[in-house]
Amino acid sequence: MRDRIRKDQEFQLPVSRIFIATSLLVALLLDWLPWQGFWLAFRPDFVALVLLYWCTHKPYHVGISIAWTVGILADVANASLFGQHALAYSVLAFSGIVLHRRVLMFNLHQQTLQIFPLLLLAYTVYAAVQWQLRGSISWEYFIGSAVSALLWTPVTILLQALRRSRAASDQL
Amino acid sequence: MEENQPIRFFNRGPSPAVRLVFFALLSLLLLFVDVRYRYLESIRSGLSVLLYPLQRLVTAPSKLWHEVDDFFVSHNSLIRNNAELRNQHTLDIAQLLQLQVLKAENQHLRNLLMVQQRADYPMQLAEIMYVERDIFNRKILLDKGAQANVLAGQIVMDDSGIVGQVTRVYPWMSEVTLITDKDHAVPVQVLRNGLRAVVFGTGDTGELALRYMPISSDIENGDLLVTSGIDGTYPPGLPVAKVIHVERDPAYPFARILCAPIAGVDKRRQLLILSALLKLPERPKVVVETATDKPKNGKRGGR
Repeated sequence: MRDRIRKDQEFQLPVSRIFIATSLLVALLLDWLPWQGFWLAFRPDFVALVLLYWCTHKPYHVGISIAWTVGILADVANASLFGQHALAYSVLAFSGIVLHRRVLMFNLHQQTLQIFPLLLLAYTVYAAVQWQLRGSISWEYFIGSAVSALLWTPVTILLQALRRSRAASDQL
Repeated sequence: MEENQPIRFFNRGPSPAVRLVFFALLSLLLLFVDVRYRYLESIRSGLSVLLYPLQRLVTAPSKLWHEVDDFFVSHNSLIRNNAELRNQHTLDIAQLLQLQVLKAENQHLRNLLMVQQRADYPMQLAEIMYVERDIFNRKILLDKGAQANVLAGQIVMDDSGIVGQVTRVYPWMSEVTLITDKDHAVPVQVLRNGLRAVVFGTGDTGELALRYMPISSDIENGDLLVTSGIDGTYPPGLPVAKVIHVERDPAYPFARILCAPIAGVDKRRQLLILSALLKLPERPKVVVETATDKPKNGKRGGR
């Protein structure tokens, strides 16, 4: 019950565009950390997670256009084909926006299971483009989607906490 | 019926599905243009200039870690290293003296033969900014770019052998495709008997494949492969790989030969960029070689 009340309050909290932009930027920076060797397969996609968070929690603030722009930036930094990340993130944002009511119905742990297919879909889009255009596919890439899904709970808690502290400081 | 329709108080623009279709088509168009044509390189390099400071910022912690790590190297290991290096140095000097004699002799002989001289390749040192985190294409970004006169197509090597080739140049960075990248080809020669071949990357950083070699070809485990220089891109005589596995199955037309790259493709932090792209004087030599190849083809046809 208390959970629901808190959720309702958060629903009404204002969120500044600067905060959204900063969170996406930090996620991009996290994605650019030098992952190597064995850890490369476990690399979670922080940008996808943060995008999905905003698309489910604030579907009218963060949409497919923002996801696409962030995807282009990721493409440049990752030296992947132009539009590869952009396409994957657009699909992810779309699925997040369409399913945002359904995802938010569940508690955090159930949400993890709900968003895993969405992340898997985005990863599949990325891998399918790679497969069609470059002819190579590596299955360990999909491990990353599971790791990302497991990080959904911490990322959500973190972003909620940051938003709450902002709101509190606004009230003062 | 109309009561079921959600009432729209605010104009939110086109629906998500319309937007998705629009952006998906835009992405597919960009993908197509990027794969087929090279129009987008300038946009990419422009954006990369914007992102460069951020990328530098991200690599700062690991760089700092390396520096701190270097600082706390123990006294003992430094002394040991120094002694080892000194030993190596004396050995190398002895060999270098021989090399200089041989070089002079070789030059003299070449002068006599009126052959185009093999130039010494100017090179510059570059540091790996970071290794690609994309599991599909493991490229390397170096911290020298167009500002340091790096050109696309130049060869990148470390102290033991060839690492890859510069494929994209940004103002302050350059992108290196590794020789182990999937289907990246390097023309090579077996050092032992001069047999020519082409070695292909397999997509695994520890493995290269020598394809299209007949079963009867004279290749053994442990053979050293060096660049043949026939393509005019890779300078001749640089070590590339060592044969580690030869499988001759009469059921297949070609032998299955695996090699390990000699250079630490994913181990080094400093690499050398060979600035030897101005190889125009060597072009005629390539023509001569194809001309000598032709009679051989004719012979094969006659056989």
